[in-house]
Amino acid sequence: MSLLQQTASEHLRKLESGEVTSVELTESFLRRIADVDERVGAFLRVEADAALKRAVEIDARRAKGQPIGRLAGLPVAVKDNLCERGHLTTCASRILANFRAPYDATVIARLRAADAVLIGRTNMDEFAMGGSTENSAFQATHNPWDLERTPGGSSGGSAAAVAAGMTPLALGSDTGGSIRQPAGLCGVVGMKPTYGRVSRFGLVAFASSLDQVGPFGQSVEDVALLLETIAGHDPQDSTSLDAPVPRYSQTVNQPLKDLRIGWVREHFGPGLDSEVEAAVRAALDVYKSLGATLHEISLPHSKYAVATYYVIAPSEASSNLARYDGVHYGYRTDETQMLAELEAERKQLAGAGDRAGLEMLDSALVRMYRRTRAEGFGPEVKRRIMLGTYALSAGYYDAYYLKALKVRRLIRQDFDRAFEKVDLIAGPITAAPAFKLGEMAGDPLAMYLVDLYTVSANLAGIPALCLPAGHSKTGLPIGLQLQAPPLQEERLLRGARMYEQATNWHKQRANL
Amino acid sequence: MSISRTDIEKVALLGRLRLTEAELDTMTDQLAQIVGYVDQLAEVNTGGVEPMAHAIELANVFKDDEVAPSLPREEALATAPHHDGRGYLVPAVLGD
Repeated sequence: MSLLQQTASEHLRKLESGEVTSVELTESFLRRIADVDERVGAFLRVEADAALKRAVEIDARRAKGQPIGRLAGLPVAVKDNLCERGHLTTCASRILANFRAPYDATVIARLRAADAVLIGRTNMDEFAMGGSTENSAFQATHNPWDLERTPGGSSGGSAAAVAAGMTPLALGSDTGGSIRQPAGLCGVVGMKPTYGRVSRFGLVAFASSLDQVGPFGQSVEDVALLLETIAGHDPQDSTSLDAPVPRYSQTVNQPLKDLRIGWVREHFGPGLDSEVEAAVRAALDVYKSLGATLHEISLPHSKYAVATYYVIAPSEASSNLARYDGVHYGYRTDETQMLAELEAERKQLAGAGDRAGLEMLDSALVRMYRRTRAEGFGPEVKRRIMLGTYALSAGYYDAYYLKALKVRRLIRQDFDRAFEKVDLIAGPITAAPAFKLGEMAGDPLAMYLVDLYTVSANLAGIPALCLPAGHSKTGLPIGLQLQAPPLQEERLLRGARMYEQATNWHKQRANL
Repeated sequence: MSISRTDIEKVALLGRLRLTEAELDTMTDQLAQIVGYVDQLAEVNTGGVEPMAHAIELANVFKDDEVAPSLPREEALATAPHHDGRGYLVPAVLGD
């Protein structure tokens, strides 16, 4: 057990000193997965054999004194929407249930180059659409702190895996909060970097102007280590930023002097749970005790963030998901049945003399698309495709999509103005701790409103991080969100580490 | 803006989805509710505001037009549900 209490940075030091081998480390995490994942359901697939083979190889190279990478021998779990050549990449969707990627995502290639041990693939909301991981077509994931509750989502599998000590590190993706919100609900550290900081090449697209890959760990130090491994310019992603990547792990322990922390007036409105509010205010006091100054700021357009997000993200999704047509990838409907169905409809319409109906009848190709997608996608994905198609359709484009893009700029300008006065913004990550599985079923709008505090960072493209900052009376983790200006990941990590070193919340572990 | 069931049927066709009668009913209610919420964007004054398409606005990225290896045909086809080794196979498009 004690092995599993340690952070990735501690594991690395022991690997380097020879106190532990990668095989021993990998075996202990695999044992932990075997012990607890039946109850948690974080992993879709555990790649035990491949992981151990890799660990043997890295141990041998280390023993011979050969060059090894920055994460050499350390297990990392990966969300199931990142392509790995020859491996399944399902996005927790029936439509990609048998899809084997023909190439590596850049972040996978970078993990491999760093000699990380890829230990398995984690569960998620289908195509990363959701905030509870309940939209997975394959299984539910349970919050390690309370198995009746959600781990959050969409990267709920990665968050739960780290929280339950099944892996020291994990990758997720964050389009509207999908790393930070599950990190908050599971009591681990999760970070969404600046848009473009990490390559999206090989990340299965959901909303391309918002999607960003990012790290999970048990400490800010661990997240710094994983971020510096995956970040950096990639010619394969035209939105990737050509800016140098600092060695975050080298500076993360240096406190920031004269730190100005902003807190947002609009964050403390009605609907915020009193225990969450108390935890966030206590965190602000911690910063004050560390010498930071606190400043009240306003983000006047933040109240429109959820509405803006639920136009832009579904619009981009409806366009990105058009590629699942039963032709290029994965699942296709049974064609014999499909043709028989069409023929029966044709006969019925002809018999009734319904000429208009006959003219409207799908062609075989269109019916193949429609049946494939109806059978392959789950309800939330269908809802987003419908919403996006509606927002982009003739007559509505200006009123919804174009309007949302304009409000998006106003949201960004609010942040630009705020960051003239403060270095970091601190606030809640969700209005309340983890809700019960099934609690939000059937009320999609209520589910979308959970994203209140997270979507702004994606719309503005700024880096944001969530770290443990308290527990509710019922023992559920409460997260603190920190946000920074574009490309200021180093400041964000150092500021977060200051809080972490002054508190013990990140050392608390779920009792499983 | 109100959404009718006819609108939903039309959008389902545009989105290449085939929804059951029950799904059409639920979708009509849920989309009306979500679009009703999103309609609050209309109250924001966006006069003179340029739309923001990307979070970090980049200049166009150019690259030299050089021949480089790409995904081999057999590997691209390997992900397809139905192919003949040369191309993707789909239901007949013409002739009916």
